[in-house]
Amino acid sequence: MGPFVPDLISDQLNLVVALVFGIAFGFVLEQAGFSSSRRLVGVFYGYDFTVLRVFFTAAVTAMAGVLLLGSAGLLDTDAIFVNPMWLWPAVVGGIIMGIGFVIGGYCPGTSVCAAAIGKVDAMFFVAGGLLGVFGFAEAYPLVKTFNDSSALGPVKVFASLGIAQGTFAFLLVAAAVAAFAATTWIERRVAPASAPSLRFSRRSHVLAGALLLVLGSVLLVLPDYRSRLLARASQGAAAGALSVPVMTADELAFRIVDHEPNVRIVDVRSPQAFAVRSLPGSVNVATRDLFNKEWSATLSPRHVRKVVVGDTDEQARTAGLLIRDLGYENVAVLEGGFPAFEKTILTAAPFVPAGGRWDADVYKFREDARAEIARIAERAKQAGQKQPKKEKKIQGGC
Amino acid sequence: MKRDMMNPYLAGFFLGLVLLGTIFVTGRGLGASGAVKSLVVAAVADAAPAHAASAPFYKPYVGTGKDSPLKSWLVFEVAGVLIGAFVSGLVSDRLKIVTEAGPRVAPRMRWAFALAGGALFGIGAQFARGCTSGAALSGMAVLSTAGFVTMLAIFGTGYAFAWFGRGLWLGAKAER
Repeated sequence: MGPFVPDLISDQLNLVVALVFGIAFGFVLEQAGFSSSRRLVGVFYGYDFTVLRVFFTAAVTAMAGVLLLGSAGLLDTDAIFVNPMWLWPAVVGGIIMGIGFVIGGYCPGTSVCAAAIGKVDAMFFVAGGLLGVFGFAEAYPLVKTFNDSSALGPVKVFASLGIAQGTFAFLLVAAAVAAFAATTWIERRVAPASAPSLRFSRRSHVLAGALLLVLGSVLLVLPDYRSRLLARASQGAAAGALSVPVMTADELAFRIVDHEPNVRIVDVRSPQAFAVRSLPGSVNVATRDLFNKEWSATLSPRHVRKVVVGDTDEQARTAGLLIRDLGYENVAVLEGGFPAFEKTILTAAPFVPAGGRWDADVYKFREDARAEIARIAERAKQAGQKQPKKEKKIQGGC
Repeated sequence: MKRDMMNPYLAGFFLGLVLLGTIFVTGRGLGASGAVKSLVVAAVADAAPAHAASAPFYKPYVGTGKDSPLKSWLVFEVAGVLIGAFVSGLVSDRLKIVTEAGPRVAPRMRWAFALAGGALFGIGAQFARGCTSGAALSGMAVLSTAGFVTMLAIFGTGYAFAWFGRGLWLGAKAER
């Protein structure tokens, strides 16, 4: 499951990866004709919309790929870098760059491409970029307050607009197709003899548009990976068809008292319920968070039995099935959930013989277990909680 | 022989695949202006180490001084862009030392405006935390609001300002 940085690809190797993808990036940009300033600014004057075609197609392709890979469970979309937003600095920066685009004829990436094939104006643009950054850096104390204002974090655009991810993806694709049609119409009127769109047939336009719309429709109905797996697990838990092995409260109590090292208690109840009362040594995870990488160290060891504790059997079974679906093994659920454990083990009750031969022994065991579990919990409290290891985050952006 | 440009939809599709591959493997998108920043930081750290260690803009990038600011992902990526574009120019026979300008613009004037435009991009990319590649394109691919805001601001301003810049690009002598 991607991304492979930082777990499979080290920081050093990542630089080699950067070089390789950079080569591909530069090659494609140059092949697309982005090494020509007159072609680039054509998008603003209507005689050449190549930039819009390439840019929009690339954005839609990459976005669709991210969504498709994410839905298939091949890419952890929560681990990838999402550009954080400083709203007003982004607007002001964009305005400054827009003016720079019109008078400079390039943007930084395309200027590097153009400089690479010998465009002198592009070399001046690159030099200007260095001066601009230097000027900004020296003036930084003056603009720092504004630069750090309206920080909104890594917000996603569909959330900002209050619509579903799939709906937004479809609208973006539809907007791209509409823009392709409209700009081709404009281009052929502004530059009837030289419009680049004359160089490819009407069929290739229609084909591109049709393919994009099909893709957009797929994105519209694509469920995200987590929701799909969660829905399957909760359906399975409700039907009881794919049952997970159960562990009785007595067995779990025995394991706890015995300090069995190969048992890990995973409590999927709410943090509130967990705070009120929980089993010693247990960890509290919301079922939805089981996808997160931070839990893989807890769930991975095959010789360790993961005992899922819920409010109800169904809640625990959902989490148990999900853990299995995520590829972990050796999972069990606590029979009757936390309430059963609380009732049979943690609550003192007078001895009531039910007629069984071992009733007295069971009663004695439960009494002892209750006292011992209380002691273990007390010791754990004094020792303090262990802090989980901090995850390495992917850095990105310009 | 000079080859024609690639079909833009096909080029866009390939560009999208390159970006997708980058995101899939490394978890981050492509960029450009960040490398310019690293170059400036490295130059300042080299020329005036005391200034770089104390000025608030450079400080976070200079760090402990153990690793050069040039040892950054985007510097390597942009080095790749240089190579990739050069190879593309080579195979399509487009390598040529030339100044490209509008029909009514002399080379010196074109250089001055390119320098100014580059400077504006350098400044704007700091505010927006990225340029057309890192903020707009890569940001849009991961559906970040910042990417869409930056993209709309760049291209919206481009259209609004195009009228003032028409003398730089349009004119009777257009030989296209």
